[in-house]
Amino acid sequence: MNALLVSALWGVVMMFGGILIKQTAVVRYLAIAGVAILLGLNLAEMQGWQLIAIDTTGMLQFDTYALLLNSILLAAVLCYLLLSGSAMEKIGANLADYLALLFFVSSGMMMVSAFESLLILFLGIEIITIPLYILTGSDKKNLKSNEASLKYFLLGAFSSGILLMGITLVYGARGSFALSGVADSIRLSSSLMIAGMLLLLIAMAFKVSAAPFHFWTPDVYDGAPTVFTSFMATVVKVAVFAAMVRLFDRSFALQQNAWQWWVAVIAGLTLFIGNITAVFQQSVKRMLAYSSIAQAGFMLLAVYAMNTTAKEGLLLYAASYSLATIGIFAVLTRMKDYSFEAFNGLAGRYPWVAASLAIFFLSLAGIPLTGGFLAKFYMIKAALGLSIGLALFALLMAVVSVYYYFRVIQAMYFKPVAQPDALAFDKSFTGLLLLVALLVVMLGLFPEWLIACLYF
Amino acid sequence: MIALLIFLIPLLGGIISFVAGAGKKAAHTVFVLSTGALLALTLLGMTSWDQPALQRFSAIWLSSLGSSFSLALLPLGKVLCLLTAIVYFLLALYMTNKVVDRPAAFYGWLLLAQAGMMGVFLAMDALLFYFFWELALIPMYFLCSIWGGPRRIAVTFKFFVYTFLGSVLLLAGLIYLQSLTPEKSFALDAILKLKLTTAQQSWLLWLVLPAFAIKLPLFPFHTWQPDTYEEAPTPVTAVLSAVMVKMGILGLLRWLLPFFPIAAYQWGDVIMGLAVGGIVYASLIAWRQDDLKRLVAYSSIAHIGLMGAAAFAANTLAIQGLCFQLFAHGINILGMWLLVDLIERNLGTRKISELGGLAQHSPTLTLFMIIIALANIALPLTNGFVGELLMFTGLLATKSNYYWVLAAVAGLGIILSAVYTLGMIRSVFYGERNAVTGKPVLVSVPEQLVLFVIVLLVLFFGLFPQPLLDMTKEYAEQLFSQVDISYLFRKF
Repeated sequence: MNALLVSALWGVVMMFGGILIKQTAVVRYLAIAGVAILLGLNLAEMQGWQLIAIDTTGMLQFDTYALLLNSILLAAVLCYLLLSGSAMEKIGANLADYLALLFFVSSGMMMVSAFESLLILFLGIEIITIPLYILTGSDKKNLKSNEASLKYFLLGAFSSGILLMGITLVYGARGSFALSGVADSIRLSSSLMIAGMLLLLIAMAFKVSAAPFHFWTPDVYDGAPTVFTSFMATVVKVAVFAAMVRLFDRSFALQQNAWQWWVAVIAGLTLFIGNITAVFQQSVKRMLAYSSIAQAGFMLLAVYAMNTTAKEGLLLYAASYSLATIGIFAVLTRMKDYSFEAFNGLAGRYPWVAASLAIFFLSLAGIPLTGGFLAKFYMIKAALGLSIGLALFALLMAVVSVYYYFRVIQAMYFKPVAQPDALAFDKSFTGLLLLVALLVVMLGLFPEWLIACLYF
Repeated sequence: MIALLIFLIPLLGGIISFVAGAGKKAAHTVFVLSTGALLALTLLGMTSWDQPALQRFSAIWLSSLGSSFSLALLPLGKVLCLLTAIVYFLLALYMTNKVVDRPAAFYGWLLLAQAGMMGVFLAMDALLFYFFWELALIPMYFLCSIWGGPRRIAVTFKFFVYTFLGSVLLLAGLIYLQSLTPEKSFALDAILKLKLTTAQQSWLLWLVLPAFAIKLPLFPFHTWQPDTYEEAPTPVTAVLSAVMVKMGILGLLRWLLPFFPIAAYQWGDVIMGLAVGGIVYASLIAWRQDDLKRLVAYSSIAHIGLMGAAAFAANTLAIQGLCFQLFAHGINILGMWLLVDLIERNLGTRKISELGGLAQHSPTLTLFMIIIALANIALPLTNGFVGELLMFTGLLATKSNYYWVLAAVAGLGIILSAVYTLGMIRSVFYGERNAVTGKPVLVSVPEQLVLFVIVLLVLFFGLFPQPLLDMTKEYAEQLFSQVDISYLFRKF
């Protein structure tokens, strides 16, 4: 609750800060301080300390899982602002407004990770997406950015409609917005319930860009300013995933037989389309867009399996995937262009940046000793008990993913550079990037430090 | 404790090499010191410190996943650790005064690969085994891709994807096995206690086998190997073929055969058939090669084929021979690669058609080459003979209806190996000299020393194989006697 309240307030603070403070650096530090305070407050709440006790009449419940997830998300946002905050200044004059919107998105994320009522789910998702429509179109002079924003808005509004429709039908069947209604056992498989549930599944699949509802993702991620793509593809996506897990775990546990196979089909399709299409991309930014779809396919395995292993694994996935992708995007915003060739010979000129990037890509590909490996390990372990075929298919797709992730490593380490331009990697940026890379490795070596927080 | 040190020394050496080895001299010195210390420690571990308490190490790690950091220096691992330590130390001596581009990274990656391989040989936990399996692969990927020949990037990537594909299937199999154990543990002992049905064994065997078959490589999975061996820098090729392929054999012997004995017997004919078929196939191709490196690469596939067949022969003799041959093959092939490297460094070519008459100017080199080549074709009095003889006897004693076909085809492979090896010696070392071979091949003192040690090892273990055989005797006898399949017959 702490973080939710303060993030909404801090968004307002940022808006007024933009009027009063003229130096952009100060505005940025204000935002970083805000996220640090949010993280601190959230960690304090994990120890049982609350700012004010608010009775939400059971519509929100900040349990350990939600709080731990919030901590991971806020830590990722902190890394994101530290690494990419300065790149935001180049987009336009309204830095304070962008940052304010990011805080509003954060408060939405805090809501969807802890909702106990379908209304709050809808509210949270809308609070997340509406600021994102604006951020996608924030590069106002750029036609691609405008197009992406419009596309995102139209399709997003459409899927919100489906979400609302689903909620209505479930309300009709259950007589309550609460996740676990009283009449569950009686109307287990009423057609209203099943129809509403499937509509909710479709809407959520759209929001997490799972195939076949993924078509907006590459265009929006490609068109949006790279700094915001980084935000959308990582923390936002992970938060919505957590919401999906919470929804199907709490609300539709009894109907598992009805939705499980749909999720399996969606997961398989997402893995296939995401990985295969990513192979053919010529721009690293677009490749990362498809890679985010592919990674979503892996995270869908957690929804499919829905057991303790899956839920623990999702936390690890959230942390390792977000950190690695944020790191890659932070470097990408500082590159001359987004082609694979731009990375040629990076290892010779900036060995530490290249080493960190290599760790990030190895983690995304799921090579041991990185967080990404253990995250995938948990997913496979969770799914293997239910369907060996799906788990094997996911593993084969992980092998395909090596192809496009290693293209960047090959460019950095094995290919000579054509014209060595100076890139904007200063000492503090390199140090921070290395720190994030180290975190990813630590997650791969000692995941228990994270998972144990769930139980103690 | 020794087990832990055997893994830690190369790991620390690798890190030190990366961080501190700025100059060429410094990096090489770190390499020599690290490999030397490791060899000394491994020898100590086999002789005066040969106590069970010292050879095991266990620490808590990833316990919530059912894994632990447990290492043990067991007989099979001993042979392989000794081989790795010797190969690396000889390589370190051989690389004295050699020019390497970016030496700190080169020696650093080599040492990290050694740490990974040592880990594979020592791991007593399936997940840990998988970690080391990959840890050994990543350094090789960088070594081959940065320091290799012109086609290195594509070729190494093929190697990587092939191996990675095998390993993810292995991972799936290991996770499945873990989920079957009552205590949800990855420990080797826990998995060994599983009572798997015949059907389970069968499909698990085919899930796990590709990882090891690709690493070896066995016949249909071998296509990455000649290209990679050809394009990789020769010291790396030596490590790949002398030590790294042994990871596959260890995988078969420790992580496959004891788990799925019934399936291994059921599919034994198929797998042994592929393996011995591969011997003839690779030998015939080796015969037609014009490139020395490709010739040695294909000859390596042929030798590995026999080892793969011996692993599935499922009797003590074959396993005994296999354990011996693990060591012998590593030493012999190292000698072959170093000689090829010497020729290429001095004369600038490794095309057999461009060479000839080397014996006239370089008698020392020729002498070394002939002894090592004879060991390679398993002539009596060399170490190659002992291992191959035992494996052959084992193959003849195998409980398969086609044992004589297998033995006959494998025998044909041995004859072919004499054909291509002696053919290569004739056209490279004898005959007329030409413009390329006009100058002598200079063999420096450290190089002579290394080759001398290799020849000494070849002859010593050819004449006195007993110490090495004693080391694995108990292991080979127990491997199949401890398998308990009585639970499968309970219902009758």
